[in-house]
Amino acid sequence: MLLIHCPYCSETLPEVEFTYAGEAHIVRPETPSAQSDADWEGFLFLRSNVRGPHYERWRHLHGCGRYFNAVRDTVSDKFLTTYKAGEPRPDLSTLTVTQK
Amino acid sequence: MTAHTSSLSSGVAAVSSAARVSVEAPCGRLSLRARGDLSALEGALGLALPRKVGGRAAAGELQALCLGPDEWMLHAPLAAVSGLVEACAGVYGALPHSLVDVSGREVSFQISGPRAAELLTLGCARDIDTIAVGEGRRTLFDGSTVILWRDAADSFRMDVWNSFASHLLHLLEVGVRELAAEAL
Repeated sequence: MLLIHCPYCSETLPEVEFTYAGEAHIVRPETPSAQSDADWEGFLFLRSNVRGPHYERWRHLHGCGRYFNAVRDTVSDKFLTTYKAGEPRPDLSTLTVTQK
Repeated sequence: MTAHTSSLSSGVAAVSSAARVSVEAPCGRLSLRARGDLSALEGALGLALPRKVGGRAAAGELQALCLGPDEWMLHAPLAAVSGLVEACAGVYGALPHSLVDVSGREVSFQISGPRAAELLTLGCARDIDTIAVGEGRRTLFDGSTVILWRDAADSFRMDVWNSFASHLLHLLEVGVRELAAEAL
């Protein structure tokens, strides 16, 4: 079982309290009516599907209920960091130390 | 006031040398969501709301547990609920918030005894000892979301939604017997 650090509770807790919520930093367009079909396709369906460090959203559903962002290595399944929703994307080069 | 719909009657459900599980009498429960400057709400409730997730506060018979950054669970005697709802409605203009009477939604179990914390590991994946005495948490117990209040090192309350209550109570009853059998 993974242990995930919730940035709102400041605790490292079992994976079963959390749910995965897809790739992070997908920004909804500010003027939806100006979007082309191709733009919508990109927003709705096209994801980076990276091999390695992946920016993704998680929700502490059975706890504080908050969505937050995480960087997880999709190969080793190790979490590099977690941070509150709305905070900027952390620089990968600073994430050398593996957080539990 | 929402009607209390639990099919469980209050009283002791299981007891052994290891632990004791009982169903508590119905109490008033309020779910509160609010952000910003909470001083108006705190004045209306007569209680300083805890800001740290898991923190608790009490004023008389009113108890508050911080579930998330903007979410609290309040417990109070059934008779006090309408007064609290009215008092908070009075400050709605100053601080818009959500206060919902959920008294009928849940039932509480009292879990105590020398091996009460061990009994909880039966269905709870988190380390029970990270919940300090006098704190509480929302967590997962055998697949259903529950709120755990730790009143003493060996005394807990567990708030359970009605539809999961009979399943969880049965699980705890089995656990109480198992732990006692181990001790022999």
